Formats: sequence, C-alpha cells, structure tokens
Amino acid sequence: MSTADHPLPDDLQAEILALARAEPHPRSACVAALQRVQSRYRWISTHHLRDVARLLDMSPDDLDGIATCFNLLFRKPVGRHVILLCDSISCWIMGRDHLCDHLCRTLAIRPGETTEDGAITLLPTVCLGHCDHAPAMLVDDTLCGDVDLPMLARLTDTLTEEPPP
Amino acid sequence: MSPSDRPLTAMIDASAAPPDCTAYEKAGGWQATRKALKTCTPDDIIEIVTQSKLRGRGGAGFGTGQKWSFVPKKPASEQRKYLIANADEMEPGTFKDRLLLEGNPLQLIEGMLLAAYAIQASHGIVFLRGEYHLARRRLEQAIEDARHNGWLGENILGAGFSFDIHMHAGAGRYICGEETALLTALEGRRATPRSKPPFPQTGGLWGAPSVVNNVETLCNLPHIVTNGARWFLSLGTGADGGTKLYGVSGRVRRPGAWELPIGTPMREIIENHAAGMQPGYTLRAFLPGGASTAFLDATALDVAMDYSSVEKAGSRLGTGLAIILDDRTCPVGMLHNLEHFFAQESCGWCTPCRDGLPWVARLLAAIEDGTGESDDIEQLRRHTKMLGTPGRTFCAHAPGAMAPLASGLKLFRDDFAAHITGHGCPMRHAA
Repeated sequence: MSTADHPLPDDLQAEILALARAEPHPRSACVAALQRVQSRYRWISTHHLRDVARLLDMSPDDLDGIATCFNLLFRKPVGRHVILLCDSISCWIMGRDHLCDHLCRTLAIRPGETTEDGAITLLPTVCLGHCDHAPAMLVDDTLCGDVDLPMLARLTDTLTEEPPP
Repeated sequence: MSPSDRPLTAMIDASAAPPDCTAYEKAGGWQATRKALKTCTPDDIIEIVTQSKLRGRGGAGFGTGQKWSFVPKKPASEQRKYLIANADEMEPGTFKDRLLLEGNPLQLIEGMLLAAYAIQASHGIVFLRGEYHLARRRLEQAIEDARHNGWLGENILGAGFSFDIHMHAGAGRYICGEETALLTALEGRRATPRSKPPFPQTGGLWGAPSVVNNVETLCNLPHIVTNGARWFLSLGTGADGGTKLYGVSGRVRRPGAWELPIGTPMREIIENHAAGMQPGYTLRAFLPGGASTAFLDATALDVAMDYSSVEKAGSRLGTGLAIILDDRTCPVGMLHNLEHFFAQESCGWCTPCRDGLPWVARLLAAIEDGTGESDDIEQLRRHTKMLGTPGRTFCAHAPGAMAPLASGLKLFRDDFAAHITGHGCPMRHAA
C-alpha cells in the first residue's frame, strides 16, 4: 500500500465516523481513529491527520498534539516491519544495549531509522511487560523474549529476504 | 469446592487458551455475580470489600472499599457512572497484569461487573496498553463470550442491573497509568494528569463519577464476594489481606511471577521461587516493586513484602515485582537507565518535572561517561529534594522518579565517588 497523501478512502472515513458516534464526544475516538489509519498506511501523514481532524471536528494542531504525545503513533514513515526493542531496566540489566548495537551494525541504521530497502524500522521502547524473559522485543504484533544474537540473525534474515509487496 | 489459596491464578494454565464462559463457570466462576446480584445490595459489596482490607494492587495501595465509598449513591439508572480497569501496565519491571489478562480475562470481567454493581456504574472501560496484543485479542473474545452468555448487557440475571464493557487500546504513554491522566486520555486529549479535587469518584470521565481500579485489584473481587472477607484476610501473613502477584527479574536463575500470600519476604521469593541468583552473581540491592520504588539492600531481604512493612524499611511495595541489582551491574548505569525513562515519560505539563528529570538524566550520563564532577552529586541530591517532595510537582511522576535516585545516592555513595575520581565507570573499564 502506498503512503501517498491522497484523501482517506470512503470506507476508512465511514469507520472513523462510526467510532466517533459510539463515544459521548467525537474526540474520544481520536486515538482509535489514528490507529486505524496507521494500521492501513503504517504511519499517519499530515494529510491524513487533517482528514481525521475534520471528521472528528477537531483542529489539526489539536489532533497532532495528541498524535505526537504517544509512542505508538508514527508521524513519520516506517518500514514494512517495526522492531520495538525494549530499553527499560530489566532488559538493560540483561544486555539489551549489546543487542541494539549488533542490530544497528547488521542493518546499518541507528535506533529510530529505517533500513535502506524499507524492510525494517528499529525503535527503542519502554518496558514491554516481558521482564521474566528479558531482553524482550516486539516485532510488529509479536512479542519475543530471551532475545539473543542467533535469534536476531534469524529475524533480520527473514524480514529482509521477504519480497516487498 | 473448597476455595483455592491461590485464587487469582487457580484457573490459569500458561500453556493453554484461557477458560471460556462454560469452563469458567464450571471452575467456580460467576458464583460471586449470582450472589451479588441476587442477594446483596451495592452497599453490602462495598462493606465486604472494605472488611477484606483489599488495597489497590496498581502501586498506590489505597483501600479499595474506601475508594468506592466516595462515589455518589444514586442507582445506575439515574446517573451515568464509569468503572474503569487500569490495564495500562507500564511500570518498568512489571508483568503481572499481563499474566491475568492473558490467562483468565473472564475473571477480570467478573471483577469489573462486581465493582460496577457496588458503585452502580453501567459503563465499563478497559484501558489496555497498546503493546499487549495477545491480551487484547483474548479480552475482546472474552467480552463477546460474556455478552453472548448474558453476563454483560441489559438486565443481567434478570436482577435489573445493566453493565457493558468497552475496550480502549492505549497508544503508549507511561503517564496514562496515573488515573487522572488516564481519564484525560480517554477523553481524547494529551495524557496530562488533572488536579484533585474533584476526585474521579465525583468528577471523573466527562465529569461523571468514575472509579479506576487496577487489573489485579479487580481480579480479587469474585473471590472476596464468594468466600467472604474473613477468608481473604486469612490468606495474607500480616496486616494485609489476600495474595499478591510477586515477581523477580534480573540475574536470577528463574525469573517469573508467582501468586503468594501477601507479606511473603523477598528472600523467600528469590530463593524458593526464582531459584536464587545466577552462578557468579550476588545480590547487591533490589527495587521491591517497579522502577519508582526506592532501593533496598540485602539487609531488607527478610522484610515482609506488605504495604506497611516495606514502607517502614524505606521503600514501597509498589507493584510487587522486584528488579534485582547484582554485583556485576553498575548502580550508576542502572540509575541512568531509570532516570532516562522517567525523563522521557514526563508528560511535560509542569516545569519542575519537564526540565528537572532530563537534567538528572544528563548528570547521571555524564558521571557514567567520566565527565562528571563532584559537585554533580550535590546537584543530584538537591533534585531529589526539589522533585521528590510531593506537592512540588503536579502529580506523583517526579516523586516516583526520585525514589530510586535518593536511595541510590546513599546506598551507592562509593560507586558515585569512584566514577568521579576514576573519570568513568569502573565496571565498564573492568569489562
């Protein structure tokens, strides 16, 4: 799916309006609405943000204040896969910095960046609640624990070898 | 069926799918709802829970019955009220609510139903952190299952009480765990805390009376209502009632979480359940209940892990999930990691927190990297006073952030000094 700045399609607009109608006030649906946009386009462009704001009767800046408040709403394009590598305390004790350095070297990116082929974005994240299996990471929607170098090697191979859609 | 002494986890099998409505009922579920809706008034439920001395399991430890008692007494049919499950588990080192959400979501739903009946709320909301994908799928399925079987919806059990649950998936912000910030986020605004009063119980979500309870707190309710306050009190080992999900992470042999009598000492938790420290590592100190609790050292290992005993020892029970600092991990590095987290997660609403926490994190980074000076330690100490005293910041975020730092500056004084005089981390150089 392209991330071009075309208007939100009718079905997504209808979905967002339905979310808004289910709430006491339309703005209550703003996070859910932005999550819907992101699940289709992988990120929230300014153009799409303006569309959502209009549907929820909010100003675009008001909505952007909310979008930029939350870690899981992406206001910049991300890769086809997002690796959220935990950087909180238990994972830090168990060696997450070493894993992060290794990933950065392998993928030739820094945390916050996307690989040149657009396959992987690497982001640090706060505690994922998997501390008994630290170091932990979230690969798209899948929680992974006891992460080590062989696991990272298998993961990056699989994700980069996948043909782009 | 005699009640389990591990009621919260009795139906949880980590290797299997959670029980559906039929299996849940067969194992004793929905009994409490039948009892409450058919034979108890809402005030009866508040009374049982008050007598059970159940205290909030999210970290603050406020009496649950007392929290509910401030809600106006009007029936649900006459006033819109909200019962909200705080499932925004984001305290670093904490993974207990995920276990309950994934393992037995119907237990949470029944707990919410009972709490809602007690405060006469018709609207339930689960505020679930966005990263908990499996919990979300299982909870959505359980809500559907409960609706289909008549445990949620209109006129439940024909008793004239209606209640339903809506799910809100968060988008990642630690401060949403603070109950007033959670309400602000639900209203579609930036997640900043609110001043109290008004308290949520009288003026919460959209100004309506609202109660926000932690997942573990709510999961206790079916068992308290079914088996009574006296039974619940008998499960604890000290002044507090019930069991607690305790956990350990760090360099132990078997990290994990276990349901144990509240008041179990940390030594027993580490040695008997976490199988002791990993070979080659010794325990140096621990954070008893998440990132925002003060360090305790090995002399506190025999302290009963209940609210008042941990407080007397100089920390807080918090979430009850401990993080171990071992002798091969740098305490200054650990504090830098913690304060970096708190600085990043400050909502930015009040200046002392927004500007003070990044300053603290930068000072710690400098000390760890070898560019720190001895005055920096005094500067850190001043911050623990300026940010650590409740009332100087808008909410409890900065005081929570200062708890490990204030205790760490005392406990690890020599480590700080060694970083300054040796121009860097001695452990990093050794490695």
